[in-house]
Amino acid sequence: MSDTKGARKKLVEVKNLKMHFPIRTGLLRRVTGAVKAVDDVSFDIFEGETLGLVGESGCGKSTCGRAVLRLYEPTAGSIILDGEEIAHAPFDTLRRLRPKMQMVFQDPQASLNPRMTVASIIGEPLSEHSKMSSKDRLARIYELMDAVGLNRDFANRYPHEFSGGQRQRIGIARALALNPKFIVCDEPIAALDVSIQAQVVNLLEDLQDRLGLTYLFISHDLSMVRHIADRVVVMYLGKVAEIGPRDGLYDDPLHPYTRALLSAVPEPDPASHDTANRTILQGDVPSPANPPKGCNFSTRCPVAMPICHQVDPTMREVKPGRVVACHLYTETTNETAVHAAEPAGA
Amino acid sequence: MPDGATPFVLDVKDLKTVFRTRGGEVHAVNDVSFTLKPGELLGVVGESGSGKSVTMMSLIRLLPMPPAEIRGGQVMFEGEDLARVPEDAMRAIRGARIGMVFQDPMTSLNPVFSVGYQIMEPLRRHMGMSKRAAALRAVELMELVGINDAKRRLDDYPHQFSGGMRQRVMIAIALACDPKVLIADEPTTALDVTIQAQILELIKDLRQKLGMAIVWITHDLGVIAGIADRVMVMYGGQVVEQAPVRELFANPQHPYTRMLLETVPRITGERSEKLRVIQGQPPILSKAPESCAFRARCPQAFDRCAAQNPARYDVGADHDAACFWDFKTGAARDV
Repeated sequence: MSDTKGARKKLVEVKNLKMHFPIRTGLLRRVTGAVKAVDDVSFDIFEGETLGLVGESGCGKSTCGRAVLRLYEPTAGSIILDGEEIAHAPFDTLRRLRPKMQMVFQDPQASLNPRMTVASIIGEPLSEHSKMSSKDRLARIYELMDAVGLNRDFANRYPHEFSGGQRQRIGIARALALNPKFIVCDEPIAALDVSIQAQVVNLLEDLQDRLGLTYLFISHDLSMVRHIADRVVVMYLGKVAEIGPRDGLYDDPLHPYTRALLSAVPEPDPASHDTANRTILQGDVPSPANPPKGCNFSTRCPVAMPICHQVDPTMREVKPGRVVACHLYTETTNETAVHAAEPAGA
Repeated sequence: MPDGATPFVLDVKDLKTVFRTRGGEVHAVNDVSFTLKPGELLGVVGESGSGKSVTMMSLIRLLPMPPAEIRGGQVMFEGEDLARVPEDAMRAIRGARIGMVFQDPMTSLNPVFSVGYQIMEPLRRHMGMSKRAAALRAVELMELVGINDAKRRLDDYPHQFSGGMRQRVMIAIALACDPKVLIADEPTTALDVTIQAQILELIKDLRQKLGMAIVWITHDLGVIAGIADRVMVMYGGQVVEQAPVRELFANPQHPYTRMLLETVPRITGERSEKLRVIQGQPPILSKAPESCAFRARCPQAFDRCAAQNPARYDVGADHDAACFWDFKTGAARDV
């Protein structure tokens, strides 16, 4: 899509981001623990690309997306947006930066105020962050409605008069109002029907091509992420399991979790189910309040080794652009372990 | 074959369900007919509002009436017409000879009763088992659906189970009385992919062991491809296509099915630059269909589609499609 390789500029740099939520118990509400929703996560997003962020529910992908926009106060770490540190920036700085970074939410029903008209929803960021006259503002609102494929005549209608797909278009128009550089799309299509999903995804892609947007696309839908993303981050229980370019990651997943995740996706093709060599993971995801010792995935990993229950693997680049946090790829473990992890018969 | 010797466990003919709301009528199910053979798994695919859930809820009469009203049709199950049996007879069938599993395992289990109690409830009610016998059977059922340490977990409450485990409990309850037919309404939609894979394996395994017939409602074509024997595609409250699973995916004959299969991105193989889009919105079902419901979004539509609602035409062995366009000849159907 937007392959301007060579001198690619990093628009967003996330380093060692931690987002812990305190657990309070007892009469005095003392902090007795923490839910480590995002635990030491690092990744970069290049200008003009779509970074897919995938994982199962509770893996921290949404928290991560919100923390990157400073909708939460991160516990630790650094977030650099377009050269400026925002992880611990004061309110004034943040407010100045807000127009650059916007968000599209999952549930278009819940993220639009039912008492506001479409025009006032889309125009709100404009009145908040710009000094446009009301005439200019209306012109901009119409322009945005055209851009996302909404009929101008509906500007004075209320959200409930629209279908799910159209509501998501309103949410996208609102996110675009201030000409942002970076948009976090948090499961923007999860609440929509299959035939409507394609409409919204195509719209997001068109807008990216036209406006040079950068997306962080959070989703649990691995096939849609394969369609839209240039690079993909796989999260498990608050940590990054693997980062890689789309084709490399889908064709040759390195982390055992990525492998299991991809093999669990049912393909809309009956013949593929006969030949599929599925890895069915046993058990459930552990609680992020009490993650297992060592590697987070060790309790469900089909190829776990003794070291996995002891030491938390670090992120390392094992091939150009392919970063993975797994002991199978550290030099201390031997080659045979890597081969043991290859899917049988491959 | 209205006599007792039908080869089907379930034979539904021209089922029609209407919701009467303040804003007017909603024709949610329009003349839906289908059959279910013993041991077969019928997949029902469609988008929200296509009538797939309402169809199944109508045939076991699990809809609030009013506003819902079953306007017509026949539902033959074990020699009885479920559309006509009195409510207390229906109660004896529901949960006993027809089991149900719903989408959300949190809201369909009662949070104030233990899981064991809820599995024992149909056993005691429908089978008249003693408390002890029911408890023994409940442990058996929990083991059957893959819940470890079943005896100890009998007294646990739903919140102590994870989403996937709760869905296993729901399946155990549905299977408790050894049903002839199991109706599963989006049973894996609320679950993560790795947990969904576990439940799909479980269902495949249970089918082999128990041999009941299953109606599996979903919007996920991937799930259907892996689990169904036969598939029925619904749109606008009607069945638009019906075929054995391989035939349907290899050789779809309704434009909606064809486009649906093209819009979903895949995880392997060729990656398309642009997703194929079905333009427009699903229909508003304010009156009984007089024309094809898919017409406004259909690239194949021609004048006849606006004048008449197509019947389901045979297009192959055990394969029918409700469309005036014949993709095999590339011309309008001569009927």
